[in-house]
Amino acid sequence: MFRFLLRRIALIIPTFIGVTFLSFVLIHLVPGDPIEVRFGERGIKPERLAELRHAAGLDRPLWEQFLAYENQVAHFNLGESVTTHNPVWQEFLTLFPATVELSLCAILFAIIVGLPLGVIAAVKRGSPFDYGLMGLSVTGASMPIFWWGLMMILIFSVGLGWTPVSGRISDAFYIEPWTGFMLIDAWFSDDAGAVQSAFSHLILPTIVLGTIPLATVARMTRSSMLEVLGEDFIRTARAKGLSGFRVVVIHALRNALIPVVTVIGLQVGTLLGGAILTETIFSWPGVGHWLIESIQRRDYPVLQGGTLLVATLAIVVNLGVDLTYGVLNPRIRR
Amino acid sequence: MSASTDTAVAVPSALRLFWRSFAENRGAVVGLAIMLLLIVVAALADVTAPHSPIEQFRDHFLTPPSWSPGGTSAFLLGTDDVGRDIFARLIYGARLSLVIGLSVVALSLGAGTVLGLTTAFAGGIVDTVIMRLMDILLVFPSLLLAIVIVAILGPSLTNAMIAVAIVALPNYTRLARASALSEMSRDYVTASRSAGASTLRLMFSAVLPNCTAPLIVQASLGFSSAILDAAALGFLGLGAQPPTPEWGTMLAGALQYYQRAWWVLTFPGVSILVTVLAFNLFGDGLRDALDPKLKR
Repeated sequence: MFRFLLRRIALIIPTFIGVTFLSFVLIHLVPGDPIEVRFGERGIKPERLAELRHAAGLDRPLWEQFLAYENQVAHFNLGESVTTHNPVWQEFLTLFPATVELSLCAILFAIIVGLPLGVIAAVKRGSPFDYGLMGLSVTGASMPIFWWGLMMILIFSVGLGWTPVSGRISDAFYIEPWTGFMLIDAWFSDDAGAVQSAFSHLILPTIVLGTIPLATVARMTRSSMLEVLGEDFIRTARAKGLSGFRVVVIHALRNALIPVVTVIGLQVGTLLGGAILTETIFSWPGVGHWLIESIQRRDYPVLQGGTLLVATLAIVVNLGVDLTYGVLNPRIRR
Repeated sequence: MSASTDTAVAVPSALRLFWRSFAENRGAVVGLAIMLLLIVVAALADVTAPHSPIEQFRDHFLTPPSWSPGGTSAFLLGTDDVGRDIFARLIYGARLSLVIGLSVVALSLGAGTVLGLTTAFAGGIVDTVIMRLMDILLVFPSLLLAIVIVAILGPSLTNAMIAVAIVALPNYTRLARASALSEMSRDYVTASRSAGASTLRLMFSAVLPNCTAPLIVQASLGFSSAILDAAALGFLGLGAQPPTPEWGTMLAGALQYYQRAWWVLTFPGVSILVTVLAFNLFGDGLRDALDPKLKR
């Protein structure tokens, strides 16, 4: 297990260097150089421009600039925002918990709802429930979630007035950020009703962001369960006289979970992409919202650093999925 | 694979066999029907659309759909904030979406196939470099990468299509490479090679035709994600620019007043959903019919 762990970790280093290389190249494709972009339409004298370019190292050969960039990244220095002048790293850390909170809630929602639905559909294969669920699942996977979110707001927030339209908590509360997770921070605050407010702000974004993962989890659980339910050991378990519930949940589901775990891990990309859209719609102050704003402000250091951090996160999560896979299925450790 | 008909027992043609297995999947047939309908409506947009998609009717701002109070039969699905007919915009939007899907798939499928075959045949350093690059592209959440590419190239429909095509590229490259590698060890390739066929001929005349099934399936499913991603970019203001009647761009334009006018929000979204759903259903059916190995 330890060697498997080491080898998997060693493999991510070249990927990480590749990702930094790509984020370096992409930003250098921006028309005009960063200094000119920073001064924008106000313009700048050519001498001053040359001076600033030299100070920023932009007159050095590209490979030197790349090495310098790698060095910065290795020291957790991702530059600073052109608009706020805060370090990119620090801004990311402030906003990141909001995205994690939303994503975790969305994936939990997808698992809690999707897993039982998939199991029931597999057990009742060919029933109207099965067909209905599979129809809904392919619809969910085809959902333009930016529209879905707006429809939810239109129906539940504007029409029925059940949930708030945007943000993480009502303006009536000031919650000192401690963990950065609004639900937890609100729980430990003394304000009555803060938890309820935070929770009601979470409901719609969670459902919207969780829709595609939910569809995928339900579908994958069903097909994986169908495969396992046809195996000999299930027949043996039934023949031993075990209860149907025990056969399905203890024997079948446990074995069916491996592909489901992989699929849940693969949802991280979908979640991070979806978070950009969901956060934009619900004005959720997270990383996705921040990245879209950086584009509108032409804040390239934020865009570059933020993209790099999100990609790094995806690498780490993929590693986590691989390791979980190794724990669940000892055969692939070798 | 032409079936011989001069044997005693009539052998059904390949196409008929394919259709029989495709039609088993009712969802796929529904998907195909919707696709065909969309294609006809979009191709004949000049005839089927009651108005021009950009004509502004100054007396009809935010007119509700014809069946609700205040609606008129002149505007079936109502009008938007500057008096443009939503139905007409949706029809022209369908044309645009199909063009987007087609261009993106053609671009990523074409480039991906060439790259995949090249890596499979070249092996060594070329293989390693290209495939590692694809792995790196796959690390990024696809929508994020597309957003970054458009942010750099500048927002426009063409750039959005290029971005979506680049994001889809690794899937096609990996698929083409994997199928080419499994075909290359077959006897017919060895035979062809020993008969003196050039590498290019081997790649495109011998191996490629036998790798098409998974690529076609991926392309049909890629069509729907291309439409979805392009609409998402349009919604974020990074794709087609107003007044282009692109569905995602229409939704972005509706953001300021959708709470007062549900129809400006509902219909473009339903159009995206139905189109993407149709292509997904069709793609699933195609996969089951063409590639039984992948059947789930």
